[in-house]
Amino acid sequence: MEAAGIHVKDLNAWFGAKQALHGIGMEIPAKKATAIIGPSGCGKSTFVRCLNRMHETLPDARVEGKVSIGDLDVYGRGVSPVWIRRRVGMVFQKPNPFPTMSIYDNVAAGLKLNGFHNRHELDNIVERSLRHAALWDEVKDDLKKKSGASLSGGQQQRLCLARALAVEPEVLLMDEPASALDPISTAKIEDLIFELKKEYTVVIVTHNMQQAARVADFTAFFLMGYMVELDKTETMFTKPSDKRTEDYITGRFG
Amino acid sequence: MLKSSQNISVRRRVTNWLALGSICLATFIVTIPLFLILGTVITRGIGALNWDFLTQIPKPIGETGGGMANAIVGSIELLAVASLIGVPLGIGSGVFLAEYGRNKWGNMVRFTADVLNGVPSIVIGLTAYALVVVVQKHFSLLAGSVALGIMMVPTICRTTEEVLLLVPQAIREAALGLGIPKWRTILSVVLRTASAGIVTSIMLAFARVAGETAPLMFTAFGNQYWSKSINQPTAALPLQIFTYAIMPYEQAHAQAWTGALVLISLIMFTVILFRFISSRSTIKGAS
Repeated sequence: MEAAGIHVKDLNAWFGAKQALHGIGMEIPAKKATAIIGPSGCGKSTFVRCLNRMHETLPDARVEGKVSIGDLDVYGRGVSPVWIRRRVGMVFQKPNPFPTMSIYDNVAAGLKLNGFHNRHELDNIVERSLRHAALWDEVKDDLKKKSGASLSGGQQQRLCLARALAVEPEVLLMDEPASALDPISTAKIEDLIFELKKEYTVVIVTHNMQQAARVADFTAFFLMGYMVELDKTETMFTKPSDKRTEDYITGRFG
Repeated sequence: MLKSSQNISVRRRVTNWLALGSICLATFIVTIPLFLILGTVITRGIGALNWDFLTQIPKPIGETGGGMANAIVGSIELLAVASLIGVPLGIGSGVFLAEYGRNKWGNMVRFTADVLNGVPSIVIGLTAYALVVVVQKHFSLLAGSVALGIMMVPTICRTTEEVLLLVPQAIREAALGLGIPKWRTILSVVLRTASAGIVTSIMLAFARVAGETAPLMFTAFGNQYWSKSINQPTAALPLQIFTYAIMPYEQAHAQAWTGALVLISLIMFTVILFRFISSRSTIKGAS
């Protein structure tokens, strides 16, 4: 499916009585990588989880506002969250492969569990997704023999990426995808983001400002549930327009 | 300084040794009854164990020979039908408690399951009597299975809930994030991840009810002959053991011991078989 841009308007999110996001509005361009940076607890993760309606799966969580992906109204009447999540892939902070499934079944899970069973097609999709996630050569010999949990942390994260790509999403959300990985695995993931943004709209939450500077075309800075600033990454890291952004990226807090 | 640190290390080593020793001793004491039971049952039961015992039905009192074939088959049938009733109900309610039960209704179900777990088995037998025997107007294999099935439910339910709660939230999120509907996530991802624990819970419940005698007395009732349908009274190993054990004949006692040996073997065989099947279905490196 063709990648689409994301349009967010007046987005508010709550955990019970505590408001986690305040009136966020932003345009996330198609086929670019957009980084979300900010100190812990600023609402970065909550924000991306609102884009694919994962936020509402938590107890007492609530969302208000408008999100559209292409011309699809994410919170529209009668729009199923399940359908949204098929179009918006997600990679989580900690690698979370399905422990009882083989590498092959992990990648095929999104299709198989939605009723897609064409063996030949599945073989092709699994290979293509694993190649896309730069994992194919490392696992091609034990696709059906080994569990997804038997891989190393970095490999597991690329497996999760392949799993998300297999359902051919339009948007790829990555919630601190490299924060639990060593520097070499991190570099691999970053290289992949570089490749992936040619085809997908990528949103990446990161703690690591160098990472944002390396991979993202645009960067948004979040603070205490508000979006302070959104700009081209280059501009953001050289001439931020807000004092708080400058304080954060120069390491005065956070 | 050096001296005092050495003292600590000596004291630590002694404490460690004492703690380890007492744990090992406790473990050893716990296993004694098990081996006593197994030893007694095997030495007393092996004598009357022969091909006839496994293939013949009981001979009239006073005649030698005969076996418990009808009771062995009866027990297997009772447990199979009981599992058909108890396993789906137990797993179903366990899934409900773990995935949808964080509320008043869930607490009520949880409380009910715990109370049911503590209800004496003879009371459950009476319930099955009232529900099935009275309605059917005769004792039956079905009535016995209902009693045993009800007894399996609370154990399977609560253990299933526990093991499902051990499945990390991240695994559920991974599935939901792929656009897999919640029911499918629970069925194909959560239950599959917890399958080893669920098999354990079924085995626990199975082993518990396999030896139950009281709830069968006025449901399955017992039968000196082959039971030909699910609606007829049936013999069962625990019932047959009980009947023979209270008879004033040496030969009946010997057969009761052999019945006990067969019952224990049956339970052990089933548990090992299911463990084997469930371990075969997991793949390399699965945690």
